[in-house]
Amino acid sequence: MATKQHKTTSVEKKLIGLADMVVTAAERSKDPTFAIPIRALSNVSFNERKGLIEMGAKKQTRSFFNVGMAKKFMQTMLVADALAELQRAELTTSLREIYYRTKHTIQDSHENTFDTQDESDPVIEDLEVSLAALREELHVRAENSGSIVGPVVFGDDGDRVDCSKLGKGGYSVPSIVEPEYLEIRRCTADFVLLVEKGTQWNRLSEDKFWRRYNCVLLTGNGQPPRGVRRLARRLHEEYRLPVYVLVDNDPWGYYIYSVVKQGSINLAFESQRMAIPKAKFIGLSSADPERYGLPRNVGIKLNEKDIARAKELMNYQWFKKPVWQAEIKRMLTSGLKYELDSLANKDFQYLTKKYLPGKLKDKDWLD
Amino acid sequence: MAKKHPTASATSTPTSAKSEAELPVPKKAAKPAQQVTAVEMGARQREISVAEFFTKNRHLLGFDNPRKALLTCVKEAVDNALDACEEAGILPDVIVKLEVVSNGEPIAPSQATRFRVTVTDNGPGIVRQQIPRIFAKLLYGSKFHRMRMSRGQQGIGISAAGMYGQLTTGKPVQIISRIGPKAVAHFFEVQIDTKKNEPLVHENKQIDWARPRGTQVTLEVEGKYQKGRASVDEWLEQTSIANPHVKLTYHTPEGETKDYPRTYHELPPSPREIKPHPYGIEFGMFLKMLQDTKSHSISGFLASDFCRVSPQLADEICKAAKVPAHSKPRELKGPAAETFYRTIQETKIMAPPTNCISPIGEKAILSGLYKQIKGEFYTAVSRPPAVYRGNPFIIEAGLAYGHRPEDQNKTKQPTAPKAEGEHEEDDSELARVIRYANRVPLLYQQSACSTFKSVLNTTWKNYGVPQSRGALPGGPMVIFVHMASVWVPFTSESKEAIADYDEIQKEITLALRECGRRLGLFLRRRERAASEYRRRNIFELYIEEVVEACNRLKGGKLPKEKLKGQLQKIANSRTGGAKTDEALGKTGAGPEGLPHSIIVTEEGVEGEVDLASQVESEAVAAPVQTPVEANPLRDEKPVATETKAQGKTPTGMKGKDAKPPKGKAAQMALFSGSDRLDRPDRPNRPDRRDRPVSASKPRGKK
Repeated sequence: MATKQHKTTSVEKKLIGLADMVVTAAERSKDPTFAIPIRALSNVSFNERKGLIEMGAKKQTRSFFNVGMAKKFMQTMLVADALAELQRAELTTSLREIYYRTKHTIQDSHENTFDTQDESDPVIEDLEVSLAALREELHVRAENSGSIVGPVVFGDDGDRVDCSKLGKGGYSVPSIVEPEYLEIRRCTADFVLLVEKGTQWNRLSEDKFWRRYNCVLLTGNGQPPRGVRRLARRLHEEYRLPVYVLVDNDPWGYYIYSVVKQGSINLAFESQRMAIPKAKFIGLSSADPERYGLPRNVGIKLNEKDIARAKELMNYQWFKKPVWQAEIKRMLTSGLKYELDSLANKDFQYLTKKYLPGKLKDKDWLD
Repeated sequence: MAKKHPTASATSTPTSAKSEAELPVPKKAAKPAQQVTAVEMGARQREISVAEFFTKNRHLLGFDNPRKALLTCVKEAVDNALDACEEAGILPDVIVKLEVVSNGEPIAPSQATRFRVTVTDNGPGIVRQQIPRIFAKLLYGSKFHRMRMSRGQQGIGISAAGMYGQLTTGKPVQIISRIGPKAVAHFFEVQIDTKKNEPLVHENKQIDWARPRGTQVTLEVEGKYQKGRASVDEWLEQTSIANPHVKLTYHTPEGETKDYPRTYHELPPSPREIKPHPYGIEFGMFLKMLQDTKSHSISGFLASDFCRVSPQLADEICKAAKVPAHSKPRELKGPAAETFYRTIQETKIMAPPTNCISPIGEKAILSGLYKQIKGEFYTAVSRPPAVYRGNPFIIEAGLAYGHRPEDQNKTKQPTAPKAEGEHEEDDSELARVIRYANRVPLLYQQSACSTFKSVLNTTWKNYGVPQSRGALPGGPMVIFVHMASVWVPFTSESKEAIADYDEIQKEITLALRECGRRLGLFLRRRERAASEYRRRNIFELYIEEVVEACNRLKGGKLPKEKLKGQLQKIANSRTGGAKTDEALGKTGAGPEGLPHSIIVTEEGVEGEVDLASQVESEAVAAPVQTPVEANPLRDEKPVATETKAQGKTPTGMKGKDAKPPKGKAAQMALFSGSDRLDRPDRPNRPDRRDRPVSASKPRGKK
């Protein structure tokens, strides 16, 4: 508990620092200004040695006496105030609650501080990066949108959660999984399988795939949220478990894999904590339809967006490995994408009984 | 030819038989039982009187439905009154009275179906002998045969109104007329013999009449009284805008009295009568003129019966057409006449004189608009004369824009806080077009009218006014368009829309563009000042929030006022400080450089100030003048206006020290329903002094 107390104050101190900055600037008749690292492709770099996407040093300034930024500045101060309040009260909250907490009508006008949540969410991300504080540290959580099942036991708010005894539904991964909030008491699995789609995770869970191959099944229902990524990373780091990623065979699937492995562009500042550079891409590869005899008619024609995105991916530094260039090119040449679900064309349990066992046996994955 | 009608072959000449054969004759039409001989047919053929024709086709004259019929009756009577006064050089005083006619118990005006329309003027009166024919004979009048600008053109109007009354209620038209204080007043009751198109006099006697001079017409007609668009009220209001020299009193069926005071004290210059221009004459008309002329030679005929043809030019035309200049006009016939006509059309002849048209004039338009419409900006343009088909015409356009500063303040109060998804209501109001032909408002068939099309075709976006494709411009705006001509080309007899001649549309467009240009200048200047103000305002608005947030972050231990003061100082120094204040005080829009315009600000009226103040005092002075007829409603008038009026001179030539407009009793809201103006939650332009901007968001929001 002692460490937790210390951490809280450190974030709170950073938030109060914003107020100090305003006061100091006002005293010197200067425009109150703070810097926010830019969250865009132009300000990230791929660290090949670490296998991580890292945030660059480029910053944008946000100042009060600038017509275009004045409102944003005001909003940032309001959010900072609300976050400090959370720290003091030792509560966690959602993005939406922050929006409601900070929304009010400015005196003598009918202008609201925030009109929609779309205005407050980026302000919170701005504060995360500029204060170098994680969202968890700011006590802001996202919605729970991930599930886990397998031979792992957690301690959550003093409750013992044994994920091997939770039926086929599993345990819903909380959005904050830092050790202070979620304790991993025991884990006997051999590896982690991160599945893109909830439907396929259900299939594996129902078939008790995890019991047969002694693994942890994780899903993030699409792009995995921070909680799921962070939990995978903790299992990988603390229990030395290899992580395999099972996604659809389309550009978005590739990108999900890359986010798990190297980190995302928008949250590059979190790569250090989230990325799993040793994660492996187990499927669906563009070579699989041929190898596993999936008929052409279960493929889906790539649309313009898919093609553009695929070409974009090929330009990312972390997809420059020849195997990956070949993988993406093969998809573009075929002009088709395949969903994980399409394996059901052969058999309902094809994924559980043939596809994954074969992949694991042959160590047929991409790095 | 084989299936030809047997009777036709027996009686008709070969040419007519041929033409009949060309008509599609239905096969079964040749049944013997239905055959009628030409002789029998001829027995049934007879003359149709105009009166009979219009009885059956009353929609052609604007009596399509009861509501429109009531308006047409008022319109025809008022038009006649005004034409008569102006021709006689008298500043018109016109009283319009609408009464519900009921059998026994009183009916609400909106439910009534019968009305008595009484229009009284102070005009020259009508000589006794002419009264029956003027009011009870169609196509009788002084205006049709001359080339002179007047409201009426055909001599149908008032007698058609009388005929409509006769048809629907059976009541005759009652006329009182007196030609001067020394003459006696005559009272007539006349009806029209529709078969013969001749008047029937029911009553004719001498009476005592309180008025020294003038005419009073009373019609009893079937009608429907309903306010709003295209109503009698709207028509009178618009008439008063285009005729600020008229004093108009309107007694509504509801018992109210509306006064439209005279704000312009000069009569429009009397239009001169002109002869037709050769370009404006069609061939058939030309042949008729050849027969009717009093001249004995062709060249004399050209020079005396047309305008802009000098004897010299007449000789030239004869030479070009190879017609001897001394030949008799009556002998010019057939192909020779046609060649001669064509030669005239090909000869270059000077445009017709334009002193036959009397435009309203920029000042008078301004004063009319200012009197009747609440706005911030007014402008008016009179185009130089132009010609279509040999008829000279003048286009005038005017514009009233915006809301009065005092109305803007009213809407400034902060309203309930807005929830997510709620927005300031969009200003989706569209401009209104008010159209006139020879000073008469046109209320129907707007979209068929050349003026309306020109408004649509003008790119208002260039002048800072929003406009969707193919729609009217948006915003609180009234667009005024007037066409004055010796012959306004209407699309129909009921005179509702002006026909689309290229020359006319071009002139309207040019006039509108000039108005738009001035409005654009006004809007841009105002916008510039407002944006500086907004800049500062944003900071002032947010400083409070930032200070509060800082204070809470610091645990409430911050010297708030000190921080606020420091931040406000920075804000001031960064937004131009005192310079902006100055610009704002002036709102950046002096009337300089904007000719014939009025700008209303909180400080007062700029521009044609005398004019505005004239309207002012007149509006107040009006109620003092005692109406000749006792008005039971007079007591209800606010006493305050009467006492105020005594302090002011009725003529009101006050010069540049005009005071801000106050007590604008006579001003009517003309923008699509007056309730719009008073709604408290409308977003509005920033109030320039003490209240923060609310409608405006910082530009770089995202």
